[in-house]
Amino acid sequence: MSLTGKEIQGVILAAIALLVVGALPYYGSDYLLSLGITIAMFTVLATSWALFSGPTHYISLATAAFFGLGTYTTGLGFESLPFWSLVLMAGALGAVLAALVGLATLRLSGVYFVIFTLGLAELIRQLITWGQNMTGQKGLYVLTDFTEGNLYMMLVALASAVFLVGWLIGRSRLGFALRIIGDDETVAAHSGINTAQAKVLLFMVSGAVAAMTGAILAPRYVYIEPALAFTPLLSFQVVIMALLGGVHRLWGPIVGVIPFTLILETISANFPNQVTLFIGIVFLIIVYFIPRGFAGLIEQARSWSQSESMA
Amino acid sequence: MTETVLSLRGATKRFGGLVAVNSIDFDVRRGQVLGLIGPNGSGKSTTLNLISGALQPTAGDISLRGVAIGGLRADKIAKRGISRTFQLVRLLPGMNVEQNIIAGAVFGHRRRWGAAAKQDAARLAERVGLGGKGHMAIGQLTYIDTKRVELARALASDPEVLLLDEWLAGLNPTELQVGIELIQSLRDEGRTIILVEHVMDAIRSLCDYCVVMSSGAKIAEGTPDEVLSDPEVIRAYLGDDDA
Ligand SMILES: Nc1ncnc2c1ncn2[C@@H]1O[C@H](COP(=O)(O)OP(=O)(O)OP(=O)(O)O)[C@@H](O)[C@H]1O
Ligand SMILES: [Mg+2]
Repeated sequence: MSLTGKEIQGVILAAIALLVVGALPYYGSDYLLSLGITIAMFTVLATSWALFSGPTHYISLATAAFFGLGTYTTGLGFESLPFWSLVLMAGALGAVLAALVGLATLRLSGVYFVIFTLGLAELIRQLITWGQNMTGQKGLYVLTDFTEGNLYMMLVALASAVFLVGWLIGRSRLGFALRIIGDDETVAAHSGINTAQAKVLLFMVSGAVAAMTGAILAPRYVYIEPALAFTPLLSFQVVIMALLGGVHRLWGPIVGVIPFTLILETISANFPNQVTLFIGIVFLIIVYFIPRGFAGLIEQARSWSQSESMA
Repeated sequence: MTETVLSLRGATKRFGGLVAVNSIDFDVRRGQVLGLIGPNGSGKSTTLNLISGALQPTAGDISLRGVAIGGLRADKIAKRGISRTFQLVRLLPGMNVEQNIIAGAVFGHRRRWGAAAKQDAARLAERVGLGGKGHMAIGQLTYIDTKRVELARALASDPEVLLLDEWLAGLNPTELQVGIELIQSLRDEGRTIILVEHVMDAIRSLCDYCVVMSSGAKIAEGTPDEVLSDPEVIRAYLGDDDA
């Protein structure tokens, strides 16, 4: 299928955005760059999370499990293997872990899936802590020559890849299958869709991306330990940002990531003890006022203005 | 003698202590409209569920053109050429009429995607009486139109066997006439259909052959006239009304 006019417009817009965003290390301050890394990280995590959870409505709290797996891949391997191979390896490990979790849980109802994914990060954290106790370590130093600019560029590249993959999936039979599954899984199965396989595939994509994000970011932390790498807060933040932006559109999560990160940064700088409260409040706002996120609001406003202009 | 497309031998489904389908045998021939009838709760929908793979049989064999399909997953059975509608209409509320129909074409028995699937969906929409409604949302449709969408989706994979679970239920007298004509036109086209139905007029005019179930068991079979005058069938239906 060839591109429509609207799609070409989208591609041009995306290219301009990529230039502006990608050039940040050349014109931005250190503070801006550091903020950019956080935003890029959450963009990747929330967008890839929504690739799976948007159409299927399965809420995954496993982001921290994949992310932590990635940071530890880098942490254990950066002295002996080239960095790029570690990022790829983290992706592969994330995909395998997602496949195992998916096969074990995706046939169950959504509630079991949520609990299981939350438990998964905790389980891996405990395993690593136990492993480290055996060897007498507490954490790992990840000392590399990467600058913040390098890490930022890698994240922007990963984000671009995620958008490209998401866009391709959205146009593919797999994407269509997932939307059918999200609407009615019984209809999906009776239409010839292998529902378990479709869900597991997308969960693998999402898990691989989160693990790669962790692998890229490990050098930023310099010192990683299980409590940091597998923090459940990360999983919750990703869910809330994605829902705030809206999971029905590929560009939805990023519309949530940017304001959320900015406000979160301000709050954690000035009122460090109120961070969880803030996350809770945003969650309530989403549930009660904007169930389809900012993307839903924007589309509603657009269709209103269109019907206004037609009247 | 025309070829047997679908056959059930000893098909059985137990739910705990309840035997919902009790060792049912029947054959469906190519181009035949087979009526599966019986009082409420006699096991008709459960039989369709066994054929479509929504439920796994407890015992017995089901085969499609000689190949065993009993106990396969629903998606595999759909791919082999059995499609269905549901007693309570199931549509995809997040998609429009056209996409609902395409959903039946993309992954099923005869697969199409892209422009071919769109063209086919338009043709099928026309075929079931939804011409020009392709871009309507599901929520805006009348009841009979939701049934039409479901039928078009089931037809979209060009199935070997089409299972209709009370497709005519809930229609008003005028719509019922339209509905019967629509199924009649599928029959004329040579479709093989299992029709679960309570509407007597429809059974008489549409079915080539009938299988009557009561309390999970087959109690009669034959032409519509034969079974509808069978005393045991009459007793089963009246008994149901008395209960
Ligand atoms: N999933 C299930 N679990 C337990 N019992 C079930 C299940 N599905 C059906 N039954 C029972 O099996 C019996 C047959 O039900 P079925 O729905 O097949 O009847 P039916 O002939 O389609 O009736 P109707 O004409 O009312 O649609 C009923 O007693 C019903 O309560
Ligand atoms: Mg029924």
